[in-house]
Amino acid sequence: MCQKFTQISTFLKILQISKILELNSKLLYYISLKFSIFRRYPYRLPYKYNFKNSLDMKTYKMSKDRFPEFIEQIKTKGQLYGPVKGNGKYSFEKIEKFEDLDFDYQRTVIGPKKFLTPPRYQTLRYDKSGQTDVFVSDETQIVIGVHPCDIHGINILDRLFLGNIKDPYYEKRRNNLIIIGHSCLPDENCVCKSTGTDMVEDGFDLFFTELGEHYLVWVGSDKGLSIAIEAEDMLTEEISEDEIQEYVRWQQRRSEMFKSEIPSFKYLADIIHLHYDSKVWEQFGEKCLSCGICSIVCPTCNCFNVEDRISMNTEDGFRERILDSCTLPYYSMVAGDHDFRPDRTSRLKLYYTHKLKEYIGRWGQPSCVGCGRCITYCPVGINVLTVSTALYEEVCEKPEACE
Amino acid sequence: MTDENPYQPWIAKIISVKEEASGERAIKTFRLEFQDEEVRKKFSFLPGQCIMISVFGTGESIFAISSSPTQKDYIEVSVMRYGKLTKALHLKEEGDLVGARGPYGNSFKVDEWKGKNVLFLGGGIGQAPLRSVIDYCIDNRKDYGKIDIVYGARTSRDLCYKDEFAEMSKKDDLSIHLSIDVEEEGWNQFVGFVPDNLKRLNPSPENTIAITCGPPIMIKFVIQNLLELGFKEDQVYTTLEMRMKCGIGICGRCNIGNLYVCKDGPVFSYDQIKDIQGDM
Repeated sequence: MCQKFTQISTFLKILQISKILELNSKLLYYISLKFSIFRRYPYRLPYKYNFKNSLDMKTYKMSKDRFPEFIEQIKTKGQLYGPVKGNGKYSFEKIEKFEDLDFDYQRTVIGPKKFLTPPRYQTLRYDKSGQTDVFVSDETQIVIGVHPCDIHGINILDRLFLGNIKDPYYEKRRNNLIIIGHSCLPDENCVCKSTGTDMVEDGFDLFFTELGEHYLVWVGSDKGLSIAIEAEDMLTEEISEDEIQEYVRWQQRRSEMFKSEIPSFKYLADIIHLHYDSKVWEQFGEKCLSCGICSIVCPTCNCFNVEDRISMNTEDGFRERILDSCTLPYYSMVAGDHDFRPDRTSRLKLYYTHKLKEYIGRWGQPSCVGCGRCITYCPVGINVLTVSTALYEEVCEKPEACE
Repeated sequence: MTDENPYQPWIAKIISVKEEASGERAIKTFRLEFQDEEVRKKFSFLPGQCIMISVFGTGESIFAISSSPTQKDYIEVSVMRYGKLTKALHLKEEGDLVGARGPYGNSFKVDEWKGKNVLFLGGGIGQAPLRSVIDYCIDNRKDYGKIDIVYGARTSRDLCYKDEFAEMSKKDDLSIHLSIDVEEEGWNQFVGFVPDNLKRLNPSPENTIAITCGPPIMIKFVIQNLLELGFKEDQVYTTLEMRMKCGIGICGRCNIGNLYVCKDGPVFSYDQIKDIQGDM
């Protein structure tokens, strides 16, 4: 820990000096590599420059004209899903042909969580003679074009569903899912730079970064490696110095494109803790429609309800799991009609405190990945950006807190 | 909990049903026995733990196990008839089958409390988890000091386990203090709320553990009064209630602050929860 800290402060010093000396980016790049600061700078560093993970990962280059061929090849492995535009919005849909795919997008309405924990599915069937599990088919699902924020979202869900007690429904779907990531450029609603999820190190099988006329392809798993080996004739490991430079420049350019920022995200948990009884919550609570769209679109919202249904013949029935939202009424109502969170304010507070504060205590990081879906879809403008900004501004009204 | 699928309930047979309280909010105690021999042998729990009961066709709900773990042949749950599932469960009779999975959650630290006095403060159906501890303490009577049971309900009709209390009151090594909320003809014990009954009894906090369970508002005032009586925060235990759908900390329904009631609870000492920011 201490050593890491020294490394970082050394790097910052170098950064300051280099600014003074106007060192070029190439030199800075190698200096920082030396201190392994860039380990989480690009999506993944090209194989031969990545000191830390040099053994367990490979990086390839693919020419863009070979990409349709690659799609055809990967389609043979299972059902392919990818970003498709319809009604002005994007969603992950079944892909029949390469032309359906549209990678020039910021966010789909619902993230890849729909492949892992679908909005509604059966878990148990029963009749008078007994009961049986309902499991998903063994078919492999491949989702292509997943952005770093959504891959972080999947990692967060993995931690929850595959913790000490594994959820068998999630586990099966997860094992049958191949995730192929794709680079993206931010719009005004993307806040993943603030949440530190604009880059991704693991959780994908392959990751494609678009650079001019070619792709840089990172391998993130054994599954990804075997796909890459099968597609060997389309890939090359020869990545030139110029291409690496181009990649670093692209990263810098992308990093500068972010327009929105969550203020003081690092201290947001503390801010929420100190302002738990803040008026801000009531102001948002008054506006909230309790529609639950924030939970539906959030890539990490997974709370579910369980309901039983009986068939028309009354002989058998099934149990199903339905995506739920803590902002909906009666979410916390227990027997005796006692509702622990009867008003919208307290439910909204649960949503944001759980996501931004309590998740850190439990899992070491907040469960917001900065995808900007709540910013895009909440009809009354209650989202991670407005909520955190309002709380932050309230803190800064008191000068002693900001010092 | 089966090995493969933690959500798959075992089939349990209702071997007896006892009506504890009658009327609109009737309370029945269901005695359950697992059908599978293996499960019967394997299933063990501690006082305070919960079980997820399935009424196929209606749904699943979590209940406190109200029998003591010293009773190995069966488990019991006491259920008030109120919502969709409890109404369906109340229609079940002896011999009917239900689903059950668990046990879930932590338990009362009955081992740590050896040698101490135990004070139980229950209200309404909140007596169910306490009954498990009370029976456990009675079965291991020599391990514990003085046992006081303070229990109240709205009316004398709503009081649970009446005949069990009558049986217990014959013993001279524990004392029972019942109460009802409003005056009734023929009632010769305390009239008023449980927190007031506690104040009247004025128990000494010395070497004593207080356990309370009941409606949230009762718990709040009981804890307040206990602290006024000089009980320390870690001497006071309660169980929290929340809606639950999985029992294993995944469905997110029972989240309060950074706690999941199904995994971290339902049993908490007051000093564990007093600073939690959440609705409870």
